[in-house]
Formats: sequence, C-alpha cells, structure tokens
Amino acid sequence: MNQRIAGIDVGGTFTDLLLQDRDGSLRLAKVPTTAPNQADGVLAAIAAAGATPAMLDRIIHGTTATTNAVLERKLARVGLITTAGFRDVLELGRRTRPNPYGLKGSFEPLVPRELRREVAERMDARGGIVTPLDEAAVEREVRALLAAGCESLVVHFLHAYANPAHERRAGAIARAIWPNGYVTLGHELLSEFREYERGTTASVNAAVQPVLDRYIRRLQDQLSARGHRHDLLVMNGNGGTVPAALVAREAAKTVMSGPASGVMAAAATLAQSGLANAITCDMGGTSTDVALIAGGVPEVSAELSIAYGLPIHLPMVDVRSVGAGGGSIAGIDRAGMLRVGPESAGSAPGPICYGRGGTRPTITDAHLLLGRLDPAGLLAVRDAVPMAVLRDAFAREIGGPLGMDAEQAAAAVIRLANVHMTGAIRLVSLSRGHDPRDFCLFAFGGAGPLHAVALAREIGIPEVLVPARPGLTNALGCLVADLRQDVVHTLNRGLAEIDAAEIAATLSAQRARALAVVLAEPAQVERTVVLHAADMQFRGQTHLVRVALPRADMAIAEIQAAFEAAYFARFRVALPEIRAVLVNLNTTVIGQRHRFPLAALLDPSRRQGGLAAAHLGARRLYADGGWTEATIWQRERLPEGARIDGPAIIQQADATTVLEPGSRAEVDAIGNLRIQVSA
Amino acid sequence: MSGPDALTLAVIQAGLQQVCNEMDIAFSRAAFSPVIAEADDRSDGLYAAEDGALIAQGEFGLPVFVGTMAHSAAHLVRLIAEGAVAPPEPGDVYIVNDPYLGGTHLMDVRFCRPFFVDGELFCWLQNTGHWPDIGGMVPGGFSAHATEVEQEGLRLPPVKLFKRGVLDREILSIIQSNIRIAEQRIGDIKAQAAALLVGEARLGEMVGRHGAATLRAAIAGIRERAAARMLAEIRRIPDGVYTAEAFVDSDGVVDAPLRIALAVTRQGDELVFDFAGSSPPCQGPMNSVWATTCSAVYLAIKHIFPEVPINAGTFAPLRVIRPAGSFLDAQYPRPVSGCAAEVSQRIAEAVFLALAPVLPDALWAAPAGTSGNFALGGFDPLRNAGYVMYQITGGGYGGHAGGDGLTNGCSTIGISRTAPVEVMEQYYPVLFRRFALRQASGGAGAHRGGFGVHYEVELLRGEARASFVMDHGRCGPPGVLGGGDGAPNVVRLHRGGITTIPLHLSKDQGLLLRAGDRVEVMTPGGGGHGDPMARDPLLVARDVVRGYYDAAQAEALWGVVLRDGAVDAAATAARRGGG
Repeated sequence: MNQRIAGIDVGGTFTDLLLQDRDGSLRLAKVPTTAPNQADGVLAAIAAAGATPAMLDRIIHGTTATTNAVLERKLARVGLITTAGFRDVLELGRRTRPNPYGLKGSFEPLVPRELRREVAERMDARGGIVTPLDEAAVEREVRALLAAGCESLVVHFLHAYANPAHERRAGAIARAIWPNGYVTLGHELLSEFREYERGTTASVNAAVQPVLDRYIRRLQDQLSARGHRHDLLVMNGNGGTVPAALVAREAAKTVMSGPASGVMAAAATLAQSGLANAITCDMGGTSTDVALIAGGVPEVSAELSIAYGLPIHLPMVDVRSVGAGGGSIAGIDRAGMLRVGPESAGSAPGPICYGRGGTRPTITDAHLLLGRLDPAGLLAVRDAVPMAVLRDAFAREIGGPLGMDAEQAAAAVIRLANVHMTGAIRLVSLSRGHDPRDFCLFAFGGAGPLHAVALAREIGIPEVLVPARPGLTNALGCLVADLRQDVVHTLNRGLAEIDAAEIAATLSAQRARALAVVLAEPAQVERTVVLHAADMQFRGQTHLVRVALPRADMAIAEIQAAFEAAYFARFRVALPEIRAVLVNLNTTVIGQRHRFPLAALLDPSRRQGGLAAAHLGARRLYADGGWTEATIWQRERLPEGARIDGPAIIQQADATTVLEPGSRAEVDAIGNLRIQVSA
Repeated sequence: MSGPDALTLAVIQAGLQQVCNEMDIAFSRAAFSPVIAEADDRSDGLYAAEDGALIAQGEFGLPVFVGTMAHSAAHLVRLIAEGAVAPPEPGDVYIVNDPYLGGTHLMDVRFCRPFFVDGELFCWLQNTGHWPDIGGMVPGGFSAHATEVEQEGLRLPPVKLFKRGVLDREILSIIQSNIRIAEQRIGDIKAQAAALLVGEARLGEMVGRHGAATLRAAIAGIRERAAARMLAEIRRIPDGVYTAEAFVDSDGVVDAPLRIALAVTRQGDELVFDFAGSSPPCQGPMNSVWATTCSAVYLAIKHIFPEVPINAGTFAPLRVIRPAGSFLDAQYPRPVSGCAAEVSQRIAEAVFLALAPVLPDALWAAPAGTSGNFALGGFDPLRNAGYVMYQITGGGYGGHAGGDGLTNGCSTIGISRTAPVEVMEQYYPVLFRRFALRQASGGAGAHRGGFGVHYEVELLRGEARASFVMDHGRCGPPGVLGGGDGAPNVVRLHRGGITTIPLHLSKDQGLLLRAGDRVEVMTPGGGGHGDPMARDPLLVARDVVRGYYDAAQAEALWGVVLRDGAVDAAATAARRGGG
C-alpha cells in the first residue's frame, strides 16, 4: 500500500485516468484519445492530472489497440501451417450467414488463402498418430511464408488438443527459423476441441501480437524516458491484469478488454456496497453494453465473437452489446410505425443538439427537449442549437405523422428505446437462467443513469445503483482489477470413465502454470485465489454448463452431484437417466491486489455543506405525460445519507441521473446513489 | 387505421416479439438434441385464437417455419370446431406432426398451448422442433426411397400430450415405442413444453400491464401496419408478369427432374405467385405440402425484404395460388420428407430468379440451395454400439450487386451451424481426409458466386450404409443478368478401389461401405451476378493468387490475361474487346 497508482483506460473517444495518491486522495483526468499512437494520449492524461511518469509507482492500463486492430483489420500479416486437407477451415467457418434473412453477407478470413500452407501430419480424435509429421515440409513452408512477408505465424493442427506433439515439434522447427517471437501454437492458447474456433483464436492472437507488442513497448519506452521505473500491468478481457512483459504472448486476451474493466469496477463497487447481484448497463453514444454479476462474480464466457465469423474462445467477461445509444435515430418507418435505431447519428453529424449538422432527432435530443439533460452541460456541442429547432424536429419527423405534440413524441422515443433495451437485458439474463428481477441495475456510461430508473421500472427491477463516477468506470476498473490467469484443457469423456486422480493432476498442473504468470509481479499481489471449474453436459448435448469445483481432489460422485445441481438451477430440468460428460477442466488463478477505497472517488471536502449546498434549483421536467417541476442537485456535493425524492435530476461532470416521479435516491457510505424505483 | 396510439402499438409490438424471442431462447437452451440446441432447427410464435393467424414469431427461429405454423394452428382451430379434436383447457399441450395438417416433414413436431384470459381463449402459443428421429425406414427420417408417408415415420394428428398440465404417459409411450434413441427425447419434450410455459408467463405479464382489450386492438393495428409496410416494398416491383423455373434433380425413386414453374404477377397492391405448369405429384419423397409451399414463398420474400416484421399482415399482399394437382400441393399418402429441406429451397430459388431482373440491386443469383444431407448409419465394433451420423454442409451463395457470394453459406431455409470435424471424429468411426473450399465452383460474373465445400470422409471400422438427400446435381445454381451458373453438386463413392456415383446424382440410400471406403462430396457454388467481362481484372488476379481459379479459367471465364500473376492490361483489353 501507500503506492501512487494510476489506472488509465483508452476508450474510443476519451482517455481516462484515475490516480490514487500515497495519502489515498484521488486525481482525475479526461483527455481525447489519440488514435495513431494511443501512448500520446496516455502521457497527456498523466500530465493533465498534474503528475509525471517518474512519480508513479504503478500504471495499470486498459487499451483498445487490439480491438481496433481487429475491427479495422489493421493487422499483422499472418501465415498458417496446418494439417494437409484442412487449410480452408478458417475460411469455411461453421456454415452460417451474417443475418437470418437476406443472402448478401460477406466474410474475409484473417489469413488469406495463399498464406495458409499444408503439411502432411494427422492425429486422430484420441491423439493417436495417423500420419507422421513431415518435418522437412514444415521447414519448407515456414521459409516460404517468411519469404511471402509474414510477420507472425500460426501452427494449427487437427486434434492438437488431444495430442500436441506435432504442433510442438513443428513449433520448434518454426521458432528456429522465425526471426521474432511471434509464433502461436493453436493448442497453447486454447487446448479445446473445435478446429475453427481454436484456429481462429490462434489467428487473432497472431494478427494482433505484433500490434500490441509494438504499442506496449513504445508506451513503456516513452514512460521510461520520462523516468517511470516500473513495468505496466495491462487489462485483459477476463477482467484481470497481466504484466506488460507477458501480455503480447497471449495478445488475443486483450481484445474486448475495455468493456470488461467497466464490469470489474462494478463488481468492486457492489462488493463494497454489500450487494451481490447486478445487471450492469453501460450506455454510451452508439451502443449499450450489458453484463451480469451473480454472487459478486462477473459472468465469464469462452464463446464470444468479436465480429461475424471471428469467435475468440478464451474466457472473457461476458459483455453483450445492444445497438442503442444516445445517438440512435428516431423516426417513422414506411408502415407508419414509430422506430428508434438501429441507425445512429454517431459523433458525426451526431444528435441535432450538437450543432454539427444533424437534422434527425435522436435519443439525446429527446432528453434535452424534455428537460432531462441540462443544455449547459453538454460536452460535444459545436454551435448551440435553440430548443425550438429540437421541438420542430420532433414535431416534423414524429409528432405530426402520429398526431402527437413534440414533447409527447420525444417521450415516446425514450419509452420505446427503453423497451428495446429491456428486451436485450432480459435475454442476457434469461439465456443464463437468471430472472432479472433478482438483480439490481448498475448504471454507468454517459447515458446509463438517464435511463436507469425508467428501465428498471419497465423490467421490474426494484433498485438502481449509480456509482460515484459513472463516466470514469473503465479507468476505475483498471485501478481495482486483480491479476488473473485462466487455463482450459479438454477431456471430453464420460464422467464415469475418468479417474479422479487424472482430474486432480490436470487441475494442479493448470494451477502451477497460472500461478507462474500471476506471481511474475509478486509485489502487486496480496493474496492468491485458485478457482477450479468443469464444463459439463449430458451425453448427446452440445451446450455446456460450468460447474464450480471447490477442490482439485473431488470424488467423481461429488462432481456428478454438483453438475446435476448446476443443470437444474439453470434449466429446471432433471435428467437422471442420461450420462454426464466432462468436456473441459478450467483453472483460474487470481492475484488479489490491495482493496481500493471507493469512498475516495468523491472529494470529502466538497460534501460538508449539507443537502442545501448541493441544491442547484429547479427545472421543468416532462414526465408521465406532462410537465412537472424537478429539483436539480449537484452530485459531487451530496453528503452521505442524503435522500432525494423524484422528480429530480442529479447532475455531475460525467453523467446525469434522472429520478422519475415516485422514485427515491439515497447516498450510501461510499457515495453511490441507491435508488428505490418505487419508493 | 384505428385503435391504440402509436407508442402503445410500438411498445406492444416489441413486447410480443420479446415473448417469442424468449421462447426461442428457452427452447434452444434446454433442448437436448443438437439439431435444436446447436442448429436452432425450431421456431416459436403466437397465433390468433379464432383462425390461427400469425401474431408474432421469434427472431431466432428457422426461416422455413415462417409460414407453416399458422397453417397448423388454423387446422387445429378447424378440427376443434368440427368436434374432431377435444377443445382446449388451461394447461393442455397439443402435439401434432401431420404434414398434411399444416406441416413440413414428419420430423418437425409442433406443440400448441392455449392461452386463456379470464377463462376465454385469447391466443395460441406454438412451437416446432425438429426431432432427430421419428421412426420410419431410415434413421433420421430422410429416406430417399419412400413412396408413402407411412414409410417415413410416425404420424401424429393433434392430440393432447399434456392434459391440464400433466404429461400423458400413454401417448408418450406410444411415441417412444416408435422412434429411435427414444430415451433422449424426453429431454427435448420437456424443453419444448417448457418454452411454451415461458411464453405463457411473459404474455400474462403483458395482459396484466396493457389489458386484454388493448392488446387485442394493438395486435390488429400491428397487422395492418405490417401489411402496409410489405405493400410499400412490393411497390418497388413494376407492374408485370415475371417468370422463372427451377428443377429438383429427381424424386429419389424415378430418375427424372421435377419442374417448378413460377409466374409472379405484380398487379396493383398484390403480388401473385402462380405455380401452374409445375410437375405432377411424384412417387418419391420430394413432394411439398401446401403449408411448406406457401412458407417457401414467404421466406423468399422475407429474404428479399428482411426489415419487414413477421406477422399475418406481412403476407397479406402476397397471394399464392394453390397449385392443386402438382407436386407442390401433396395429398395423403404422398411421401414428403424432402419438402422442408430441399423442395422449399427450389421454390425460393424460383422466386429469386423471377424477381432478380426487376430488383437487380436488391437481389442475388441463385444460392447453393441444398441442405446437403449425408447420413451414415452403422455399427462401431470398437465401441460395440450402433450410430447414425449426419453431415450437413453449406454451399456458395450467389453474387449480388454489392459483392461476391458468401462461401459455405447455410441453406436458404436454415440458419444452423455445422458440427466441427473434430467433433464428428470423436463420436463416429470416421476420418476426414479433407474438408476444403471447392475451387472454381463459384459461377462467373461481375460479382462471382461463393464457393462450395469439398470433403472426403473415410470409414475406419465396421460396415455402414450411406444415404444422401441433396440437390442441384443435374445443373448448378443459375447465374443472373449474364452471370454464369455455380458448379453442380457431386457425390462420389470410393469403395474397394472402384469409384461410383449415385444413380440419381444427389439422392440415394443404403449404400454399403466397408472399412477403408470413402465418400467424397462437392457442394454447389453460387451463381454469378452480371457480365463476367465487367469484373475488375485485379479481383480476378487476386482470385488466382488465392487459388480459387487458375490462370486458364481467368482467361476463359473473365477474359483476363495474366502474366506472372499480374494483369496484362493490353492483352486483357484485346481479349475482352474481342468477346
């Protein structure tokens, strides 16, 4: 403890920094993200906080470098060595199409066909050698790929999860030739069956490895040149961090790390608030990210896709994105039905109120027209737009055709947007067997707190939690994240056929491997936690149920009982007549860092004036079909224990919270707004 | 238009959609069979109490069920009114799979549950799930040789499988005595019924919030607006008559092609589909029942205008003339197992081909359009157990104005994923010798077709019998607007050193394989879109670098002359200029 630590998150628009000083006090900074080299924005954020790299004891960094690289396809040139007869696996995929209706989709594999080379070798499903490895062919093809300008290499053989001998041998041959360290073996990253998913995961890794490596090195160099004497810790998509020196080896794990850090911040906030279950809802300008925390633990999935045809089967915080954000455009469709989204005004031209040329009404415009947002508080405005222009737009585009006035039209837009988000939130929770009404709604992002109370009402969720800094949640996630490593290994055999000793041995080997990574930075770790789990199914099924294994040395009968209980909990179906299969064994090692005191997020000196000091006045708010008078409050000045009844609006630099009539907020001990939806 | 205000309509439309989506999710998540859990071969929806008309349908359901379940519900309503089926009570679930009562093939089993408000029937909750077996002469139900429906499996009229919430063990035992792998079906039956319960609970919440009267009025309003939306779309088609034809290779019994003749007429506010001139009913299982024929037209139109929501109003401006006396309106006891998987795709193809010339920017050339069913049933001496393996594969999609066709896209009527080779080899005594992109299979065009798949699988142990229900073996998927056809489907058997092809090219059953024998399949590529001579020569050169085509094909098909892999502009201009 008593270190000076900075959490720095690079998002699409802003780079956010939270710096915890040695005395526990906090500094904040928000600067524009610098797209060509994110490192410049990172340095700018440190400067904006009045700090220097030299004075920081530790930097924990979340980056979108790999996410952007994949989405924009600005990737390294990758070569693939694979089993004869199977070089097209990465291009054929799993025989789907991007959309259920319409036959126009397209898909480009990460590795073009001319860079996918075959060598003679073959394992069978049990790991027996069918065809020995043609080592001369490996050397020949590796040299050919090098000559073709490849920067990184993937070796991906069929059934390597069952017997990696050929992959290892080919890897050794390749590494002796390859001029850099960018050689990925399929089974090393993910020892799980399904050749398309494993091969794609390995290809993503190879394609972003040089990108991430260069970026982290450059950042580390720039920090060192300014006197910073420590290694960075980098956020992974599993919600944990990894030392910078090791992060590039498994670079694919940093893809989708941005949304994960927000969820980790939510989990830490919940823990310090005494809550266990939440649905997190991070609403921004173009999309809303939804995730689920049950029993204090964010749900993790190893079956996410970053885009159509690009599955990354590594354990990551399960964040689902819905195409509804402040910029979603509202209008009337050709059938005369009111519609909101999926079209978005984005940041250019943006909502009408930004004054950058937008003419079609958006959700943000609706909030402004109805008094839910303070016109003076908008950050992205170029030319201030008179309210009459907004009113005209809603009347023209929506109100007129539907026989409503402008305010009714704007209210309808917000209500319909909430109904769509409700559907997404319900599916996210239901598809995992949870009832959303058993959760609180954890709202963050610039727009999340504007919608949260109405959303919770729509779903039937009784409580909303708005954290102290809704707009800095990802940077907070960096500060609170633990070190974390996940290891997966496929068995895929009937539980009854497996020896308990084999399970125990596999789990303890996984534990040793993960501990080695987590403890590479021993000074950061206060305590290590080891979690074991099994992915299981009934024979004949394809989907998996994750079963927590409290010990490595469990008896087979205990595992069977744990599986049956987990299955019933999720599906409400008991199937004693069918045999259980153990598909994967998983071990997670968490190196817990010191607990971050969240109460420090709000400056205590500003909260001494009592409720009156936080009261900014009143404003007209359109709610429940008419205008009403809402009280306006300054979030940063609200003292602990303050109670505010809706209709009210609570404003702060990074977000606005709307208390609908009938709801009541209370400020808890660590500065969260705890809102009873129907008080 | 009248009734509830615009906001209420939009909110109720989204709400009804969510009820159905949640049924879809609940069904797949809890289902046992991979056909449902992994391949999503199921659908859930809400249907009107009085006539079975579609109210809303889940967005995650299999496209081919877009129109069939409304037919099934309509038959149920009629049979109850006629006294042939017992009237509904709360908690009942009817089970039915009769193809002639609004179905597809026998494997598609519908569950239908009444939804009551204050003791009055408000609507029906219904779902369809594809069961992996329903009895009959071949495991899995896709017999290529059946000549009457009894050979295809167990046929169930609407009967109450659940009576007031209690599973009828007697009916269950009749079903289980007539199907294969019966012990696993209880998992699917529970999942299918549980999905309807999820829908009932959610719909109950909506009734509580909005009231039954508002809900009823909104359903009518949403229907009117969907009809208006579809009308707006079909007005993009100029008045006129547009014709096309498509051919099924054979019926599996008689080796002669079956013709689908289609005339699409846009007259005023109606789009009329007339199949006059199509082949008469066939002996083999390639007959289509009326519900499936309608559904195939509906799903083709939904593919063309994907943004129109699905309810009864959506299809109101579409009129399909019942093709009585043809193989597209099969009557008992004609065998029908191929209708959902294959004939429906040929019908959709005819719709695409008819409208492509008048909607050149919206439409595509013909997709592979076959489900590529290859079934292998045998006995594994190592495990001392029987097995049935299904391999389904995609093919190329047609090129379109915006780009080349997708490679290895799934069937027009499906949305399912294939099983990985690593999974197949774990479960069955087979070894894949290759699983590859089928080179040069995409039809030439300004935008070429996508590629099919070329796989070869070897039997490792014991003996097995192979069956095939595929299509497009006689001719490939047609190109449009000057584009070339995709490559046709090819099946080869390599047995004891001798290579043969099935008599009917794409359909056969019971072919004996011994250890070491191999089956080789090449699925169709998509048709090309537009004049090949208009394709950017750089794209042609890229396709050669990737090995999709060779240099000789680049020159013959696209008139592009390559020198050391690069485009020879002068020679290309000369070659193209000279036609």
